[in-house]
Amino acid sequence: MTVWIAIAVTAVGCYAIKLLGLSVPAGLLERPLVRRLAPLVPVAMLAALTAIQTFGSGQTLVVDARAAGLAAAAVALLLRAPFLVVVGAAVVVTAAVRALTG
Amino acid sequence: MRDALGVGVAVGLSGFAFGVTSAGSGLSLAQTCALSLLVFTGASQFALVGALGAGGNPAAAVAGALFLGVRNAFYGLRLSHLLRLPGPVRPFAAHWIIDETSAVAMAQPDRDSARLGFTVTGATLFVLWNLTTFLGALGAAALGDPSAWGLDAAGPAAFLALLGSMLRGRRETMVAVLAAVLALACLPLLPAGVPVLVAALAAPIVLALTRRPEAHR
Repeated sequence: MTVWIAIAVTAVGCYAIKLLGLSVPAGLLERPLVRRLAPLVPVAMLAALTAIQTFGSGQTLVVDARAAGLAAAAVALLLRAPFLVVVGAAVVVTAAVRALTG
Repeated sequence: MRDALGVGVAVGLSGFAFGVTSAGSGLSLAQTCALSLLVFTGASQFALVGALGAGGNPAAAVAGALFLGVRNAFYGLRLSHLLRLPGPVRPFAAHWIIDETSAVAMAQPDRDSARLGFTVTGATLFVLWNLTTFLGALGAAALGDPSAWGLDAAGPAAFLALLGSMLRGRRETMVAVLAAVLALACLPLLPAGVPVLVAALAAPIVLALTRRPEAHR
């Protein structure tokens, strides 16, 4: 039951957050500061998520097979590979490094 | 258009990983599918099942998931300006505001292709994410550990690819580097979800630092 409550609160909360951003009055967006800041915030968050999901393990930092996979993805990205190839490279290299290092 | 489909398919793969992870954390099939249908923001879902599976306090688990969801408000802020959606559509579109739909929409050159990109990515992702979550949760027992297949690298690689499309200048690169450093520095010190919010401060910090030279001109 507790799990269902947690799911319900998360679902309602996450939806409210999404709707809030979309419903903020347009006047606020016309402010120069907000206009310059808004495109930079997702850049910061995506960079942070990439870093955390690559090197984070719970609350500790580790360098494991994921780092090799992400390095492969970065190379694919620099070579202008399509999205699927970038993600595929990360998955394959991560699995291969894990298989080789046991 | 090809961007949108590519993103959709790739994230479908992480949906599979989510299903497997959630089932592995002890959530039922119905609970796992409810999360993907109703929460529909991957990082928050992973955070929630991770915390619940580790036996964490449910309130803290929910707080972590919500913290991670806060970035969607910033995407919404940007998207409302970009897409200019009519009022009645907004409550439906809101459910689809996530990293990937926002990134695809923002990468488009004009409003029409931004709307198309948002809709195609949202629809593709919603269908695939829920379908693969279901399959992942079902197949969890057969597959064993998702990390053995490298599926835990799919999420961050997708984020990296989305980030790559946004790095248009020096200012964006500075924000990305500073944000990654801040997030990693905070990870051992702060509860799950908070480091990403701290890292968001990289945006105003870099903006403040790079504005000064322009002011002198």
